[in-house]
Amino acid sequence: MARSQKKGPYVDERLYGKVIVAKESGSHMPIRTWSRSCTIVPEFIGHKFAVHNGKAFIEVLVTEDKVGHKLGEFSVTRTFKGHSGGGKR
Amino acid sequence: MPRIAGVDIPNDKRVVTSLTYIYGIGPAISREVLKEAQIEEHVKAKDLTEDEVSRLAGIIDRNYQVEGQLRRSLQSNIARLRDIGCYRGYRHRRGLPVRGQRTRSNARTRKGPKKTVAGKKGVKELARG
Repeated sequence: MARSQKKGPYVDERLYGKVIVAKESGSHMPIRTWSRSCTIVPEFIGHKFAVHNGKAFIEVLVTEDKVGHKLGEFSVTRTFKGHSGGGKR
Repeated sequence: MPRIAGVDIPNDKRVVTSLTYIYGIGPAISREVLKEAQIEEHVKAKDLTEDEVSRLAGIIDRNYQVEGQLRRSLQSNIARLRDIGCYRGYRHRRGLPVRGQRTRSNARTRKGPKKTVAGKKGVKELARG
């Protein structure tokens, strides 16, 4: 079920605060975060995040068309390297 | 046969049904259109007057995305997902289900015909049977 319109998009408050601070200080250091379910809002554009995928932090540079997606969508949690024994033929 | 939204030539069914032959128009939108045009749903498509046909065409043209235009916008939505490198884009690229369905079994619509793998559970039974 979709989230209630009344609440607006889910944005991690603390992460949001960090982005604002980083913007003011002009810092371009990626922000480490575990907040994969946080929606990307327009204020995040141009900023780098290091999103945890359960193992490592994947760098995500937010561009305009990523707005509205969640941070976690850009940090894949599964590794699939193909099935075994595919060598023949 | 009347011609609405480009190539579409619905036949001698009731207008509600024949409008649904246009890509992007289903029963619900078909009803809406007819209501706005003030045409009865049960009229046969062949009995429509010139004026009624152009009225329908006008309404559809103004309010709905149909046919090529709709197909193109769907394609561009998918292309966008692919480009931004998100999970859904990745699933589209791989030709796997996008909305979290299981892939251990089924998912044949997305994955296409079965590719049998030797040594996998059930292969022997298949060969014998």
